[in-house]
Amino acid sequence: MPMSDSPESMGKSPVMAPPGADLKLREVTGPSAVGGGWRRMFDLLFLIAVTDFRKVYFSTVLGYVWSLFRPLVLFAVLLFVFTQIFRIGSQVENYPVLLLFNIVVFGFFQEATLAAVMSVMAQEGVVRKTQFPRLVIPLATALTALFNLGVNLVVVLFFILAFGVAPMWTWLLAPVALLALTVLTTAICLLVSSLYVRFRDVGIIWGVLATALFYATPVLYPIEIVPERFHGLILANPLTPIFLELRRLVIDPNAPGALEAAGSWLQLMPAIVIAFVTCVLSVWVFHREAPRIAEEL
Amino acid sequence: MNGSRTESSDLISEEKVKDPSRNPIAVEVKDVSKTFRIPKHRVESFKERAVHPLRKNEYRELKALDGISFDIHQGEFFGIVGRNGSGKSTLLKILASIYRADAGTIRMAGRLAPFIELGVGFNPDLTAYDNVVMNGVMMGLSRSEAASRLDRVIDFAELEEFTELKLKNYSSGMMVRLAFSLMVQADADILLIDEVLAVGDASFQQKCADTFNQMRDLGKTIVLVTHDMASVEAYCHRAMLIQDGEIKELGRPREVARAYFKLNFDASSARQTALDYMEDGEVSDDFVLDVDIQAKVRDSWLSDAAGGRTTNIEVGERLNFNVEIEALRDLNRPLFTFQINDSKHVQVTGFNQTLEVEDESGDRLPAGSVARISGTIENPLAPGRYQVICWVTRERETSKRVVQGLKLFEFAVFGIKRTPGLVEATTNLKARILTGDADE
Repeated sequence: MPMSDSPESMGKSPVMAPPGADLKLREVTGPSAVGGGWRRMFDLLFLIAVTDFRKVYFSTVLGYVWSLFRPLVLFAVLLFVFTQIFRIGSQVENYPVLLLFNIVVFGFFQEATLAAVMSVMAQEGVVRKTQFPRLVIPLATALTALFNLGVNLVVVLFFILAFGVAPMWTWLLAPVALLALTVLTTAICLLVSSLYVRFRDVGIIWGVLATALFYATPVLYPIEIVPERFHGLILANPLTPIFLELRRLVIDPNAPGALEAAGSWLQLMPAIVIAFVTCVLSVWVFHREAPRIAEEL
Repeated sequence: MNGSRTESSDLISEEKVKDPSRNPIAVEVKDVSKTFRIPKHRVESFKERAVHPLRKNEYRELKALDGISFDIHQGEFFGIVGRNGSGKSTLLKILASIYRADAGTIRMAGRLAPFIELGVGFNPDLTAYDNVVMNGVMMGLSRSEAASRLDRVIDFAELEEFTELKLKNYSSGMMVRLAFSLMVQADADILLIDEVLAVGDASFQQKCADTFNQMRDLGKTIVLVTHDMASVEAYCHRAMLIQDGEIKELGRPREVARAYFKLNFDASSARQTALDYMEDGEVSDDFVLDVDIQAKVRDSWLSDAAGGRTTNIEVGERLNFNVEIEALRDLNRPLFTFQINDSKHVQVTGFNQTLEVEDESGDRLPAGSVARISGTIENPLAPGRYQVICWVTRERETSKRVVQGLKLFEFAVFGIKRTPGLVEATTNLKARILTGDADE
């Protein structure tokens, strides 16, 4: 609406023209997921993620080492279990690097989504006292985890080369698969962070679910050794096709890709539909909850 | 610390000649309502939903704002006052886009600083530099704009040597300087401020005063939510009193302060304690309230054992209370009613004082003379921050009286001993086992 609509402004010259006296009245729509424009949101997102990332890396003496510590210890334990006790590993080509790679990539998914659960609650002070784009909070969690993944993958790459996997041109396609993983991860971050504000059980439920997903995804084991009748179940997990593709693209070009393991596009549909529904649902839920987050906290 | 701000309101009001009421509108609020639904039985878990899937949630509706409309002009310093729970903070949060209004529209012209408190979003683990940049981005600046603003912010805060120090290592004074500097340098057209004056010592409040005047001179539109009538009168062009989600009074700060005093006095036990002094003991509703200044605080302080001044008292330690009140007009048969409020503006205790005189005809304080009230007060207060307010009344026996609330000082009670509740009970109890013999 133009300024001249308000009677106070008609026919009167301002006595003291403040800076920006010609500003237009614009409607204030209240809090929202994006709040204050996309550019501000992306600037904030980037800044917060960089800050969190630096906090992890520079606040402790061994900073970077610690972020690798967890996946490396897990890797060492699992490697021992699966090569010395269960001996699955010995049947699979490059099992140690595959295991390490999978653990680091899955670690990203787990770290991001678990941190996201509490993220909005943890930023309570900011949410209740400033007009802060709510979307930034779970996104920043995902982005921080993504930075971590990037740094960890550098080390993994070193291991991959050290184990004698020759560089392949398909490595260049790996980011596409990682992008799919990032989108799915972000969707879950949005979902759990907004639901947690209203239902505190989400924290526990997601904790259990994330652990279950760890075993329901070909992280520890290759898909080939899974009995045929369970393939449908495992492939319904949207993470499975992503991990299968990553393995084929990065570690072992002869390993079955998602389509090959599923047999047909039809059998891949459950995973695609679940992933799609999760993404749509997460945006819808977050958009719906965002205006009320400050009141519900 | 003392009544100097009350005193200076006359000086500042001369600056109000620069009347912004003819400027274009900066904030337009139309029929804004907000109702909070407070569940009688909050469903916080899926289990409860699963166990009682058909149970309809029962809500108690709390109408925080009920069809509020007003305009604020560009360059105006606008005060919003009201008692606790009146809806004023909800209104501010709606203006700041933290809450969404249920009905009505709000329109604003210009950039709004999205903060309602000082230092929101400060990250103690980051350096001042990083915090300034972060803050700028929160305001809607780009990262490079925010970085280029850094020098001005640091200059104003006089923190040049400490830009690389983490905020958690800052003293509280430095933190406040940084927060203020950010606010001044915000480049925002509209600022929303919630009760910044409620905390801090004299030098902090001086900085506040300077900053507010500066921002006013810059032509910024400022909305201040406060309990402090002295600052409303000192800074605001106009003010608004909210009670029960409705506008009770809107206009000149003095009128609004007067209405607020009346509201507050009626609700506080100061009224009851003052009424005790009435000869007829009749409760009359027609108190004459007059915020035309009839008395001012010349000085007020708590003294410590060495005779110096202090604002920190240990738990249980007596308060050495001193106040000097100067009459600005003849005060016949004056009554001084003191009220000690906690940090939530809840009255913890209060007491009355009259002049000590030989005969009744001497019971008056002529204009220009000073009454000094001093002595000790036993201190049962739990650790926390407190504020002392004085109501000055004249003609105390008549039902028509003139009342004025003066803010004296704030102090903190500290100690490791935990007191349950607001005050400590002094007890002389013994617990004994009653044996059979004792029953006889």
